[in-house]
Amino acid sequence: MTSVKLYPPKPEKVYFFGTCLIDMFFPQAGLDGIRLLEREGIEVVFPDDQTCCGQPAYTSGYQDEARAVAEAQLGLFAEPWPIVVPSGSCGGMMRTHYPQLFAGTPRETEAREVASRIYELTEFLMHVCHIQLADKGRPEKVAMHTSCSARREMGLAETGPKLLAQLGHVELVEQERAAECCGFGGTFAVRHPEVSAAMVEDKTQAIEATGAEHFVTSDCGCLMNIAGRFEYQKKAVWGEHIASYLWRRTT
Amino acid sequence: MSVQIYTPEAFHRQAHDALGNPQIRRNFRKAMDGLMSKRRDVFSDWDLEALRELGANIRLRALAKLPDLLERLEANCQANGIQVHWAENGDEACRIIRELCEARAARAVIKGKSMVSEEMHLNQHLEAAGIEALESDLGEYLVQLNEQTPSHIIMPAIHLNTDEISEILHDKTGTERTRDVDYMTAAARAQLRERFMAADVGISGVNFAVAETGTLCLVENEGNGRMTTTVPPVHIAVTGIEKVVEHLRDVPPLYALLTRSATGQHVTTYFNMISSPRKPGEHDGPEEVHLVLVDNGRSNIYQDNELLDTLRCIRCGACMNHCPVYTRVGGHTYGTTYPGPIGKILMPHMLGLEATKDLPTASSLCGACGEVCPVKIPIPDLLVRLRREAVGEGRGNVPGAGVKRSRKELLAWKGWQWLATHPTVWRGSTMVAGKLRGLTPTKLGPWTEYRTAPKPAKASLHALVKAHQHKDGEGRS
Repeated sequence: MTSVKLYPPKPEKVYFFGTCLIDMFFPQAGLDGIRLLEREGIEVVFPDDQTCCGQPAYTSGYQDEARAVAEAQLGLFAEPWPIVVPSGSCGGMMRTHYPQLFAGTPRETEAREVASRIYELTEFLMHVCHIQLADKGRPEKVAMHTSCSARREMGLAETGPKLLAQLGHVELVEQERAAECCGFGGTFAVRHPEVSAAMVEDKTQAIEATGAEHFVTSDCGCLMNIAGRFEYQKKAVWGEHIASYLWRRTT
Repeated sequence: MSVQIYTPEAFHRQAHDALGNPQIRRNFRKAMDGLMSKRRDVFSDWDLEALRELGANIRLRALAKLPDLLERLEANCQANGIQVHWAENGDEACRIIRELCEARAARAVIKGKSMVSEEMHLNQHLEAAGIEALESDLGEYLVQLNEQTPSHIIMPAIHLNTDEISEILHDKTGTERTRDVDYMTAAARAQLRERFMAADVGISGVNFAVAETGTLCLVENEGNGRMTTTVPPVHIAVTGIEKVVEHLRDVPPLYALLTRSATGQHVTTYFNMISSPRKPGEHDGPEEVHLVLVDNGRSNIYQDNELLDTLRCIRCGACMNHCPVYTRVGGHTYGTTYPGPIGKILMPHMLGLEATKDLPTASSLCGACGEVCPVKIPIPDLLVRLRREAVGEGRGNVPGAGVKRSRKELLAWKGWQWLATHPTVWRGSTMVAGKLRGLTPTKLGPWTEYRTAPKPAKASLHALVKAHQHKDGEGRS
């Protein structure tokens, strides 16, 4: 459990770390996140040389390769601005595991300093921007899956649902066992495909049972997994990143 | 019914079978849902975080002083008349216990629940020596009748439902087929009662061994633990060396955490504190009490400042109850004495990574186990550490380290590393992937057996941001 965190006042500038999954497969989510921040009057700096936080190798046990990739990101955030990440999983990697990954190396202090400036997007919108959302969409039901990394590693079970609660015409419906993992887990989905499939099957059934035709999540790994399962079964339920949903409903 | 042998090597096949078995799926889901909700309710009026912090610190302090505490435990037990024995591994512990039985010409042993005795296969060892060992915990009794092993460390027969239990009792002991739980419990109680009276030796586990007083604490619900440790003329307690705590006052917080985390109980029906054999003038209690302290790989774990956290465990089983993998595949699938998350971080040390290499990866790292652990073991971090050991990028001090070292996989990660450390190439490749998105394979190994393949976007986020900034620039000028 994360301890009480003191949030800074709203800054003039932030860095945006888009994550590799968003870069390649869900770029609109990244852009929508940037627009939400800009609408709050913040200048968003997107370091062009960013690639991946290193997590896939880290959780697979390839620590040296993960560290090399993480090290390439460390130098991208020279100014003392907050670093906003639209993913609990990559955010958790950078906030929690960078200090571990660089412990005992010459860049340990730098890694700790960068880690201390990492914010997940919904966390930042809620606690630093104190965002006020004005819903312009039609009434509808929506389900939310909060990623396990956002929920447990970063301690952010509430920020996504609270932002959705600001949308006056949206009814957030809670699926059964909402806190349970969707079965993605990075390479877990490939190394243990049958167990992972059983988990995502239960997750899609739970979301479908809410009657919502739409779900949002704050992590594109979960999105790829859950939406991919729905699509495979040719179900009408579809999903998107919460940043896109918030942007779409308020413009 | 044939006896099925489960092994960690066959994890994938066993998981496949369990996932396809609707009965297993239903039994575990129902039981784990119930246990999770009971735990949530029973902690609802507690400052759980403060209690977990206290529990973790008590265990950390005990581990920091472990060698010293073990010596004090030995000295204080001996002063109380409890004979202490040390076993380097399971075989040695079995031999010590068998010899203690043989010294009393014992033929019949009654056992309270003990996972350490499962870990060292004590029952088989005693049977080979002609000594009958009967389990007296109801769940263990059922599992033993059914010629199985426990599927959970607290609830050994949790994989069985009422009908299956009725069938086992009918087949093996001749009771009536019934769904009446009270009838079945009463029948088992009557069957076991005779055996307690006839047993030559009682063998139990230990939940907390208190160094400063030489007291063995035993937590249980059925009274079988009290019977096992008081009725037969000899009581042998067997435990791992990590179960020691420093002070008597360390026990209440750990006990509060244990029962609530395990079964959602405020207290158990019985809490036994064993501090000596029968004293002159006392009317009951065993004539001899022995404590067998088993290492079996634990001191090797103890040498490593990260892996050491594994030894904090107080064996409540909450990590299993909350694990989405355990809930779906059940305890037997792991093929190890300790299943679930704690098994995944403990068994590689006991059996080696060769046999258990599929266990540390069988987790989505969702963190549910670490979140509920009453002594705050960082289970997900330890799983990652064991993955490092398996692929040969750890410290090399876990048996079987490097077993999953693969040139092919390492090359793939090196290729990924090269790409992710060359931003220009990275941007180029996402651009190419976007242009060729029509050619994206629709089959991506196991992923697409259950889901559609993700498709690269036409333009990457790098490209979208560039266009976005360009537009903004125009707007401002």
